Amino acid sequence: MFDKEEMEKIKQKRELWKKTTLSDWIKQCPERKKEFRNHSGILIKGLYTPEDVKSLDYMRDLGFPGEYPFLRGVHATMYRGRLWTMRLFAGYGTAADTNKRFKYLLKEGESGLSTAFDYPTIMGYDSDHPMAKGEVGICGVAISSLQDMEVLFKGIPLDQVTTSMTINGPAPTLLAMYVAVGDKQGVPRTKLGGTTQNDNLKEFFAQKLCIFPPKPSVKLTTDVIEYCARHLPRWNPVSISGYHIREAGATALQELAFTIYDGIAYVESTLERGLKVDDFAHRLSFFFASHNDFFEEIAKFRAARRLWARLMKERFKAKNPRSMWMRMHVQTSGCTLTAQQPLNNIIRTTIQALAAVLGGTQSLHTNSFDEALCLPTEEAVRVALRTQQIIAYESGVANTVDPLGGSYYVEALTNEMEDKAMEYIRKIDDMGGVIAAIEKGFFQKEIADSAYRYQREIEEKKCTIVGLNEYTIEEECPIELLKINPKVEKEQVARLQKLKRERDNRKVRETLEKLHYAADKNENLMPTIIEAVKAYATLGEITEVLRKVYGEYKELIII
Amino acid sequence: MKEKIRVLIAKPGLDSHDRGAKVVARALRDAGMEVIYTGLRQTPEQIVETALQEDVNVIGLSILSGAHKTLFPRIMELLKQKGLTDIMVFAGGIIPEEDIAELKRLGIKEIFGPGTPTEKIIQSVLNNIQKEPK
Amino acid sequence: MANVEEIVKGVLAGDRRSIARAITIAENNMPEAQKLIALIYPSTGKAHIIGLTGPGGSGKSTLIEKMVREYRRQNKTVGVVAVDPTSPFTGGAFLGDRIRMQELSTDEDVFIRSMATRNYPGAIAKATKDAVKILDAAGKDIILVETVGAGQSEVEIIKVAQTVVVIHAPGLGDEIQAIKAGIMEIADIFVVNKADKENADKTVMDIEAILQLNNKAVAWKPTIIKTSALTGEGVPQLIKKIEEHRLFLEREKETRRILGRAEAELSEAIREKVTSSVIEELKKEGKFEEVLQKIMKKEVDPASAAEKLLREKFKKAK
Repeated sequence: MFDKEEMEKIKQKRELWKKTTLSDWIKQCPERKKEFRNHSGILIKGLYTPEDVKSLDYMRDLGFPGEYPFLRGVHATMYRGRLWTMRLFAGYGTAADTNKRFKYLLKEGESGLSTAFDYPTIMGYDSDHPMAKGEVGICGVAISSLQDMEVLFKGIPLDQVTTSMTINGPAPTLLAMYVAVGDKQGVPRTKLGGTTQNDNLKEFFAQKLCIFPPKPSVKLTTDVIEYCARHLPRWNPVSISGYHIREAGATALQELAFTIYDGIAYVESTLERGLKVDDFAHRLSFFFASHNDFFEEIAKFRAARRLWARLMKERFKAKNPRSMWMRMHVQTSGCTLTAQQPLNNIIRTTIQALAAVLGGTQSLHTNSFDEALCLPTEEAVRVALRTQQIIAYESGVANTVDPLGGSYYVEALTNEMEDKAMEYIRKIDDMGGVIAAIEKGFFQKEIADSAYRYQREIEEKKCTIVGLNEYTIEEECPIELLKINPKVEKEQVARLQKLKRERDNRKVRETLEKLHYAADKNENLMPTIIEAVKAYATLGEITEVLRKVYGEYKELIII
Repeated sequence: MKEKIRVLIAKPGLDSHDRGAKVVARALRDAGMEVIYTGLRQTPEQIVETALQEDVNVIGLSILSGAHKTLFPRIMELLKQKGLTDIMVFAGGIIPEEDIAELKRLGIKEIFGPGTPTEKIIQSVLNNIQKEPK
Repeated sequence: MANVEEIVKGVLAGDRRSIARAITIAENNMPEAQKLIALIYPSTGKAHIIGLTGPGGSGKSTLIEKMVREYRRQNKTVGVVAVDPTSPFTGGAFLGDRIRMQELSTDEDVFIRSMATRNYPGAIAKATKDAVKILDAAGKDIILVETVGAGQSEVEIIKVAQTVVVIHAPGLGDEIQAIKAGIMEIADIFVVNKADKENADKTVMDIEAILQLNNKAVAWKPTIIKTSALTGEGVPQLIKKIEEHRLFLEREKETRRILGRAEAELSEAIREKVTSSVIEELKKEGKFEEVLQKIMKKEVDPASAAEKLLREKFKKAK
């Protein structure tokens, strides 16, 4: 981007500056550390100049928003046209409780729904299963049947909102329930909009909510991708997630590389079904974390966008530009929030949210300040929403596209993250792909080592966490915490048992047998699951059929 | 042969957040202890039976889902039934301050909340094991 | 502290708490350990002890879980001793084999114990052998000993096991050629796990090729069995083959091996007692420290110093 002569002049001037002005200053005022490295291990220089980006070609590497390589943004006007979706993750207690919270958030200005399910639901157990004891409605909403789903969306027209559902193993069943509710509301299936997380690969080394072994899990994810490509054109069948990988202890670089690789795996598995890449790739979406290292995060988001675009074009030969778009949802980091001096978390969340916006996200969830203590209270979640609104309306950052484009630091860091992520991708290719790498324990070891290293850095005070290892106070517990009504489990179990008595059990048995048969024959299971769900077969019953066919997964442990 | 401290790190219930449990397991191992890790999704029965067979000195329970209110009392009850009351039990994860008193009353020695340095956990184990002769 | 007699009574009755406590006593070489082993020793000899070894990633633990389930289907009671390495730097250990078998932990007729090598040379420490004796005396029909599959220590397993099973899997990187000679000679049964993988048959052929090379006249020809620990395929055949080997041992009264094991244990016990008591005495007499100084000053080498010390000591004894 700069001509050779200029570059040479700058280089000479910089070397002179280093020997004189810089050197003199350092003698008076030594730097705070011997070297500054971010958690991904990248060395951060004192100053970035045009030299650090001299190989950049504006047209090839940055381009214009809405055009390949999409570094500056997937849409031409980004937030000048439409702000990111403010989508707050919510769910607890019964479907009725969460319905209330949904309506509250919509009233306060959130622009999309996001559902948190309780642990039994996430693991495909009904609320009355022995493993569900003590866990019903505690960290998400309990959904055991279509009946619960109907209550969850009561009074919420599905043609006017988009809903994200954080569900993986049981994703086909929850999506089937959502479709059934839409049908009941009279909404055409082609109008249903939303996302199912449905990213089973990352479960094996990050979120750990795996039910079935890797191969059948990928099959189920692909079933949903295929079904949506054919029947639910507005639905994002998968949210390829890095958030959980990061929360499990990975660095930003590992998060970037491993997430993109999972994406590669899903494209491959869907192509194996006979679909063309341009039939489905435009609906693949991504989900990243945003942590505290402001510029590292921004570089990561930008690198992700360009890397994905390049892979889609070069590796998968996509023709439609929309197939090359990386649309992402970002959540501010949970694990960086502290239980100590919880109000500090508002500042952390703000920095993280700002990074996501400057990184060009399509959708954003901001954590509440009491996250390290409990599920959020109404007040806490309102502050989280206001954080996004203040950034959107008061800070001015949304008024131009990719404001940090051209920053020597940000562009250099973006390049470096992309290059290093590609190294990982080549490595995993050499290992034989993502399932082979999972079986070898590759991701698990990388993540466990990063997590342990980080903990050691905190304990050795090599990095400062305000309020935790520095600037600590005698903690009291002044803030109100959300309490889950202990009657929730009892009520939910009673309602479920009533349903099981009153429904047409013969029909239920029929649909479950049909499902078993379809699973044995390796068919796409979405149609049979939708049928079962409409007959009020429960989530547990459906998952049990699949457990019988696919078996259960046993974890490979690496500490 | 020197006596080694044997620790069981357990994840009761459906909570799948194991980053902390694994970091603590590794830290205890690096402090010279023998650490048995149960893996995820353990029932109270599995945890207590494992503690019995492995004849551990310490049990560390990790839970972030809020289900400790149901699961911990059950675990402590089973330990009592099997005569395993000399085991030091500690817990970590997301456990609200207001629940701590009751858990200590049940016999859980220490609750290590988010941000507890692993060094503190190691010290606590070393202090408590010396006090409790087998 | 419960007394040894009570614990022994409990072990012989199959009480799990007693078994657990007994293993701890033996493992830590507590003062009661010798008495405890002496009391239970007459009740040993009934179990079939199977040693399982193999490289990391071969799926040992998952296979063992399936084996235990198969044995339980046949109404046999099972003990499992899973050995993992102690870190030479920290002295600690991560004992993670049990994870694969956790569902079995509440089966009253299965007893699983995780043990660390505790820096003993070789993978089979006296503690492991004692744990096996205790489970034997407690009435377990089958005892599975899973060891660290690294390097020469694999061969150690013959010291405790009647039937040695070596487990391998395709695509582990280390080709069969890298298997140390010793292991090929002590294995009674080879298992190629993850048989559903494409190169499983090649792994089988590679093992066969090496067995051909080692073709000595042996009474028991090692067989190769393909298993898939994930599906359970091949496991009943493996169990059957193990049982065949047990019958073979009974028939042939493989006294050579039994004698060898007993000899090794006796020699080791004598060696341990002599060594520790001699060194203790030398230290008490101050001779140990004295010679140590000479060695530091390079006035004498350790081997010659030891010879001189012992010659003097036993001359006096005469």
